[in-house]
Amino acid sequence: MLLLIAGTMTVLMVRNLFVATMLLGIVSFTMALIFISLDAVDVAFTEAAVGAGISTVLYIGTLALVGSQEKERPKLALGPLVICVLVGAILYYATYEMPEFGHPENPVQTHVAPRYVEESPTEIGIPNMVTSVLASYRGYDTFGEVTVIFTAGIGVLLILRQRRRKRTEAEKDAKDTPLDENRGGKGSSLSGLGSAHDLVPHVIAKLLIPFIFVFGLYVQFHGDFGPGGGFQAGVIFAAGIILYALVFSLDLARAVISEKAILFLISAGVVLYGGVGVVSMLLGGNFLDYNVLASDPIAGQHIGILLVELGVGITVTAAMLAIFYAFVGRADLIEEAAQRGEN
Amino acid sequence: MISLSSQFPILVALAPLMAAPFCALFRGNTLPWAMTTIISAFSFYVSLSLLFSVVASGPISYELGGWAPPWGIEYVVDPLSGFMLVLISGISTGVLLFARDSITKEVPAHQLGLFFAAYLLSLTGMLGICITGDAFNIFVFLEIMSLSSYALIAMGERTDRRALTAAFQYLIIGTVGATFYLTGVGLIYMMTGTLNIADIASRFPEIEGTRPILAGVGFIIVGICIKLALFPMHVWLPNSYTYAPNIITAFFAGTATKVSVYLLIRFIFTVFGPNYSFAGLGLTDVLMPLAILGFLSMSAVAIFQTNLKRLLAYSSVAQLGYMVLGIALASEAGLTASVVHIFNHAVVKTGLFLSVGCMFYVVGSTYLKDLQGVGRRMPLTTFGFALGGLGLIGVPLTPGFISKWYLVVAVLEKGSYFGYALVAALMVSSLLAVIYIWRVVEVAYFRPPPEGTETQEAPLSLLIPTWIFILGSFYFGIETSFNVGFAKTIASFLMGGA
Repeated sequence: MLLLIAGTMTVLMVRNLFVATMLLGIVSFTMALIFISLDAVDVAFTEAAVGAGISTVLYIGTLALVGSQEKERPKLALGPLVICVLVGAILYYATYEMPEFGHPENPVQTHVAPRYVEESPTEIGIPNMVTSVLASYRGYDTFGEVTVIFTAGIGVLLILRQRRRKRTEAEKDAKDTPLDENRGGKGSSLSGLGSAHDLVPHVIAKLLIPFIFVFGLYVQFHGDFGPGGGFQAGVIFAAGIILYALVFSLDLARAVISEKAILFLISAGVVLYGGVGVVSMLLGGNFLDYNVLASDPIAGQHIGILLVELGVGITVTAAMLAIFYAFVGRADLIEEAAQRGEN
Repeated sequence: MISLSSQFPILVALAPLMAAPFCALFRGNTLPWAMTTIISAFSFYVSLSLLFSVVASGPISYELGGWAPPWGIEYVVDPLSGFMLVLISGISTGVLLFARDSITKEVPAHQLGLFFAAYLLSLTGMLGICITGDAFNIFVFLEIMSLSSYALIAMGERTDRRALTAAFQYLIIGTVGATFYLTGVGLIYMMTGTLNIADIASRFPEIEGTRPILAGVGFIIVGICIKLALFPMHVWLPNSYTYAPNIITAFFAGTATKVSVYLLIRFIFTVFGPNYSFAGLGLTDVLMPLAILGFLSMSAVAIFQTNLKRLLAYSSVAQLGYMVLGIALASEAGLTASVVHIFNHAVVKTGLFLSVGCMFYVVGSTYLKDLQGVGRRMPLTTFGFALGGLGLIGVPLTPGFISKWYLVVAVLEKGSYFGYALVAALMVSSLLAVIYIWRVVEVAYFRPPPEGTETQEAPLSLLIPTWIFILGSFYFGIETSFNVGFAKTIASFLMGGA
């Protein structure tokens, strides 16, 4: 807990953005540890994969574009500080009269949750209750979350994907972005951020990537029984491909999975999830009522959860890759323009 | 196979959601647009039939996944949410009719598939917020609506690169608002153990005095007010509306902030109950001064704007002040006025922004200095704008008059001196509206057009939708049985149901 406070405070004080990013990763891992000690293993898993994993990579990708030093030291703004302290004080105020943590008589434990705990094994039939709640009882929320990811992917593509961008504009951008030493030497060109001549990362990456994918598959399909599920698996998959792109090059990664394929996959995941719902409507149930998917309700629930988790996994993988490609692809544009400027 | 109409509640929001992934894959100018328009019209049709069946036979509940609430998520159509669904999908469909020729000038053709996918998602978000009966589900759809609207606003960058900073500013402020909302919902969940709105409402009286609830209510109300752009949390709105593509401005002006007003009404009246909100919490003392300051100061600021879109955006913040004032009066008449104004202002403002879109189509700018003499260059468009402006001011026979009439009636219920003072404030604000509309009319009609320009109207594909909204606003200003009738039903439903 102290580590958490120290970490976030340092992030605020540190002026080098690269250091700040690394610290944020540490904060995320600490958060994950706290979640584990609170028995929320699924949440911890997500925090570790998303907060410490993918976000850090995306931050670094951005830093490669904009440089890692803050331009000027911001002045201490008094107004926002007062508001922050006030909000903190209100939250602290609210902790009085809060029900005691983990007490079995709490409203959270006595009202809605007992049914999840007591009846989900018979109603849904999978051991991991978190997955039961996420994918079935509140499956529509999860569908909404997948749509949020989809929306984020669409938004990033809309704003950043400028393949047919005018050359002049790209040049202007390049002038606005000063080159700095953190870009790495001449050896690592920004196209792909790849280190083309380094043997060690190549070998290690080749060793690691298959295991990452296998682990991703395990997390994807084992979500019914242990912590895991589509969100975490999607992020792990995306991390595998991003590692490949980082170590080898973006162009090679593009050869493996093209941008068109990514757009298709982002959409396909949402359609798969929603499609399960539509099929259950056509079979006479309500939207996302998995009971009607098979003659036996529990088998229906199994099929439904498996399919929607797959939809989640596909969309999350593709959306993460779309965001990564869009950022790194922009670096290419700037690099190109800079080279033309030099010649 | 069971009857289709029993699935109507889910279809309203599901149709645009499921269409979005397909739309993202489409290419070309026409196909994404055509699909979006058809889907939006379908949602409009479904919303209308839902509203009428609610009126005929009472609220409808739909259990998602077949799980009974509060274990599963529930969709609820009551008079208020039905009314909002009709309003949002109707405005969206009208704006889309306008969109085809307007948007090709502002967004490159290869982006149109993604653009309309984002539009559909934003529509999904708004409809989902209004129809759901679950507090966390509201947050999920709020995120869908917000994320897509950030992207849509940023698409104004072809015209003006400042669209990007406007979208970024909105992103930061909007995220703070959403986080506040989520924190509040979390605190309430901790105390009630449920996320279903009706269930929270039934368990609320037992725990309403506790501190976590007090903090939770505060977080929710502040979060919604940020999204609503209530003065002084409105800073993001003028920038976003000014730099967004024209159809997006027209669409959001009619719907996005109205959804937040809906949320405010929903939480104050349905979840917390008017007794707790006003007698227990004294929300009137918080909301009313902000609302009054809002409409007075923002109407005054609107006078000094040089960009027509920005002028109308400030006017929108002022008009939101009227709606919040109606809520803050804590009476059935006030709530009626507020709901009437949600509807009337949506129709009028969308019409105004569409006519600005026509001007942009021909002139290529929305700065007043470039619009000199536009009344002679584009007589039909400018006349439409002037008529819409009358509606904004509140001249008799226009919808603005109806809203203000009900607002004044509600204010006068509040007792003598205080009531008179409020009426005076409303009058001052209306006079300010006269001034800012007059400034536009003066520039448009009494300045000579620049040398060498000829009379050139916007194409009919733009003019017809614009005039549908302008004439529609007059229709609802004269024949008020739809808007006022429903507003009264809604107000008595919410006050009586509490």
